[in-house]
Amino acid sequence: MKFRDEYRDGAAARRLADAIAHTVTRPWTLMEVCGGQTHAIVRFGIDVLLPSDITLVHGPGCPVCVTPVEYVDKAIEIAELEGVILCSFGDMLRVPGADGDLFAAKSRGADVRVVYSPLDAVVIARANPSRQVVFFAVGFETTAPANAMAAVQARREGLTNFSMLVSHVLVPPAMRAVLEGPGNRVQGFLAAGHVCTIMGLGEYGPIAEQYGVPIVATGFEPLDILEGVYLCIRQLEAGRSAVENQYARAVSPGGNRAAQALMDEVFRVIPRRWRGMGDIPDSGLGLAGGYADFDAERRFGAVATSEDAVGECISGLVLRGERKPPECAAFGVRCTPERPLGVTMVSSEGACAAYFRYRGVTAAVGGTR
Amino acid sequence: MSGEETIQLAHGGGGRAMARLIEDVIRPVFADEELARGHDGAVLGVDGPIAFTTDSYVIRPLVFPGGDIGSLAVNGTVNDLAMCGARPLYMSVGLILEEGLPLSLLRRILASMRAAAAESGVRLVTGDTKVVDRGKADGVFINTAGIGAVVAPALIGPQAVRPGDAVLISGDIGRHGIAVMAARENLGLEMAIESDCAPLAVPVLALIERGIAVRCLRDLTRGGLASAAVEIAETARVSIVLDEAAVPVRDDVASACELLGLDPLHVANEGRFIAIVAPEDASRAVELLRGYPVSANAVLIGLVRAAPTGRGHVSCRGALGVARAIDMLSGEQLPRIC
Repeated sequence: MKFRDEYRDGAAARRLADAIAHTVTRPWTLMEVCGGQTHAIVRFGIDVLLPSDITLVHGPGCPVCVTPVEYVDKAIEIAELEGVILCSFGDMLRVPGADGDLFAAKSRGADVRVVYSPLDAVVIARANPSRQVVFFAVGFETTAPANAMAAVQARREGLTNFSMLVSHVLVPPAMRAVLEGPGNRVQGFLAAGHVCTIMGLGEYGPIAEQYGVPIVATGFEPLDILEGVYLCIRQLEAGRSAVENQYARAVSPGGNRAAQALMDEVFRVIPRRWRGMGDIPDSGLGLAGGYADFDAERRFGAVATSEDAVGECISGLVLRGERKPPECAAFGVRCTPERPLGVTMVSSEGACAAYFRYRGVTAAVGGTR
Repeated sequence: MSGEETIQLAHGGGGRAMARLIEDVIRPVFADEELARGHDGAVLGVDGPIAFTTDSYVIRPLVFPGGDIGSLAVNGTVNDLAMCGARPLYMSVGLILEEGLPLSLLRRILASMRAAAAESGVRLVTGDTKVVDRGKADGVFINTAGIGAVVAPALIGPQAVRPGDAVLISGDIGRHGIAVMAARENLGLEMAIESDCAPLAVPVLALIERGIAVRCLRDLTRGGLASAAVEIAETARVSIVLDEAAVPVRDDVASACELLGLDPLHVANEGRFIAIVAPEDASRAVELLRGYPVSANAVLIGLVRAAPTGRGHVSCRGALGVARAIDMLSGEQLPRIC
């Protein structure tokens, strides 16, 4: 398959792994930011190909994982109201709130619908004028433009029965939070390629400079990730900390200006609480003044804030790159995708789910770095 | 209201309307002497051991590229019998119809049941029809049962699987799941992917009749190749090692899976099976399967090994040569967010 097979070539992967092995002289810890990259690393065994001096830790780039539990609870509360249709990306349906998930609400009779695009929710609102249609808008800079488009479309059509429960988050502030963390061990980043496709590279220069970490915008295929690691290691070994673009076939330095303009019109930057990571300043998006009418929190009440439950689960440490999934005593034993203790095991993009799915319970006995 | 004829509650009421539906719409389509006797059940004779199976079919949309619920129901039951090493002979059909179902759609579904039955030489010998209130069913639910005459000389099943055996697949995977998802969710894919829905008895019986040492057969349905392999490995307490590069996936299916974040190994099929055969028969079995259109792309995809721990499992060597564990899906298959 074109644009896929050439980035999964085994011989080329080994050549890159060799180049990395020849470059590295001491231990380095890198973080891949996006859950999609984490999955590729674990699925293809990219970490296994790397020299033992290189440790890949997994970042917070899993939208389902970082959505606070109180937003899930609010979505369930809204979904169970008479006359409401709650639309969501499928991934969110099995995220447990304080008391069950959206699947459970659906089985109790709530009208919960999986959509593949936020614009489908607008179509549903148009077709059901007597009902309130609420779209659960989560995700990073990657989903924000399409979600913004849904709000623009709804306003253009004058829909009064459409609103959005917004829990959008931004990547660069989370990278800062990781670096500021007391247990931080990240020395370089593979930035999330698709976030860079939208936003460009401009936000990363100040981070690289301030914290002295190389940042490489990196794609999602095995050869992309290996090349991203190579570029990052080459910088670290040379004592450099610059922004580089491995994913030039999809990322331009300025990003997608049209998408950015759309986000600027519909959203404003606000502080957000991240599940597992706590409050991060300027790390979220909320609806801007002109679109406040479409804010589901205005119609159905504000989301209450609550603290993350404390228990055996270490998903917060996993999201910050301070621990890896197999280092958790509950992994694969008391915590599986069927009976998850934390959200990094729930979401298909979550790091714990990736290890469980591709390595099985054997990952827990020190089988991985 | 349009003038289109639809199913009414009276069609299930046991009175004249129901008799007319059966006489005018259902029985002519099936035209079997057993059905024609109009009795409470069919009286059949079968020599030797039989295979007996049942399945229920619920699918949205009822008609999808490459098939409909009618062809799905007949082929699904035919395939279950074939996987038991049996020649499909007889089927029952229970129809649960939703009030308001267009009669034209029912006729279409029945016609494809007849065509599918004729293709596999299976006779629809007894049936039942019920009608439920509007909103209580997705148009049509179908339950079938099937009886086949076992022709395999030895037990076919996970218990017969041995380390060293070869794992074959009859063709490319993932088409049914993607076709149905694309039609149901209106994904607007550029390419029209059609379901692989097809009967498998002919190539399976050919393997048996030509003396291939068939250990285990499994048709791939929901859960895909992954679930079938895991079920067999766990029951047989062996390790199954697949070679990902050898598993055929059509480019358009692979693209759709990439887009939706799905693993083709987990996507549903309705016309594919894996055959685990003795190693010395593997290449002959592949050649034999390739002689039939439905299994023209049959290929060796893996091997059975002993499981040192005694716990069955499945792994898959990926593009970079590193093996990963393969498990059944947990929960429903959901497309990812970004």
